[in-house]
Amino acid sequence: MRKITLTVFSFIVWFLLVWPFDPLTGDLDVQSTVAGIIVAIFVGLFLGDRIPRKLGAGNVFKRVFWLIVYVPMFSWYVILANLDVLYRVIHPDMPIRPGIVKVKTTLTNPAGRAMLANSITLTPGTMTVDITDDGYLYIHWINVKSEDIEEATRHIVSKFEGVLRRIFE
Amino acid sequence: MSSNAIIGYIFITIGAIFDFFGCMGLVRFPDVYNRLQAATKCVTLGTIFILIGTAIVTATPAIAIKAILCAVFIVLTSPTGAHALARGSFLSGVNLWDKSVTNKFKERAEEIKAQRGEAR
Amino acid sequence: MMFMYFIASLLAAACFMCLYRIGHGPTASDRTVAIDILGTVVVGFVCLSAIVLRKDFYMNLAIAWALVSFIGTLALSKHLEGRRFDE
Repeated sequence: MRKITLTVFSFIVWFLLVWPFDPLTGDLDVQSTVAGIIVAIFVGLFLGDRIPRKLGAGNVFKRVFWLIVYVPMFSWYVILANLDVLYRVIHPDMPIRPGIVKVKTTLTNPAGRAMLANSITLTPGTMTVDITDDGYLYIHWINVKSEDIEEATRHIVSKFEGVLRRIFE
Repeated sequence: MSSNAIIGYIFITIGAIFDFFGCMGLVRFPDVYNRLQAATKCVTLGTIFILIGTAIVTATPAIAIKAILCAVFIVLTSPTGAHALARGSFLSGVNLWDKSVTNKFKERAEEIKAQRGEAR
Repeated sequence: MMFMYFIASLLAAACFMCLYRIGHGPTASDRTVAIDILGTVVVGFVCLSAIVLRKDFYMNLAIAWALVSFIGTLALSKHLEGRRFDE
């Protein structure tokens, strides 16, 4: 099952990347499409065992819905982050107060944690440095508001954790 | 020039401005970690805006789809690269800026080094 | 066309600031960060050529460049960490 999924997925990506239509007439190029299908089957056969068996339990439609909610929220925070950095770069005194703080996450799924770390890196003033196995994240904060673990967790992690838990767990 | 093209060019302008200020942060900020923060955030968003603008301006499927794929790829990879670089530079011995407020990573870094010493 | 020159000069200024950091960076980490950022800025440059010349293989170049620059960043950061590449 995983092999079939990976085959279909890699064929779709290949198709979008190559876009095998003739630019003038718009006909499908049969030869390269067949080559693409063969390569996709090989990729699926050899690498299908590597993807994790289960990406978490729960209703797929609900999770996709929360993913769709997550994308605009994430984009909004990314734009805020950029305006924040812009302000700090242009300001002549550079109002920064950097430091590395420690926060705790309750997510257990590895994919969820990776997503959380990536989200933290692209949002205002924070960047993940390391994740430990027992759920602590070390975060470089450009403007430290609190050194306490719980306080920092409320500032940094909690805004994403709820939605990410609904997606991945 | 159609209205689509104008929207695309506005996207490209915003993206180029973000790129510019991101690299300015790379020059102005005092230590590796601050530079990494400013540059990663601004340059990622700036390049994504340029890619989206390219997709809108050209409006040919062959270019637009590749631009969108490239944007998704950059969103996924660039924070991972920043994370690896921050960890690598701390473990290679680059300390935080003198005026930094707090540093809780120090003990963890010692732990990692000790573990690696045992493994060898 | 004037407009394209304006955008290209903004990006070129960004590239030169990265080059300044590569040349002057006090530590090896600074240089690595600047190399990573330079790779992402170049992707934007390639997009501009795709717009001006209307050829779709420039986007292939952009994707390949983003991939190679990401892998290079990972390799350099592993090197900074003091690990070998096969770990």
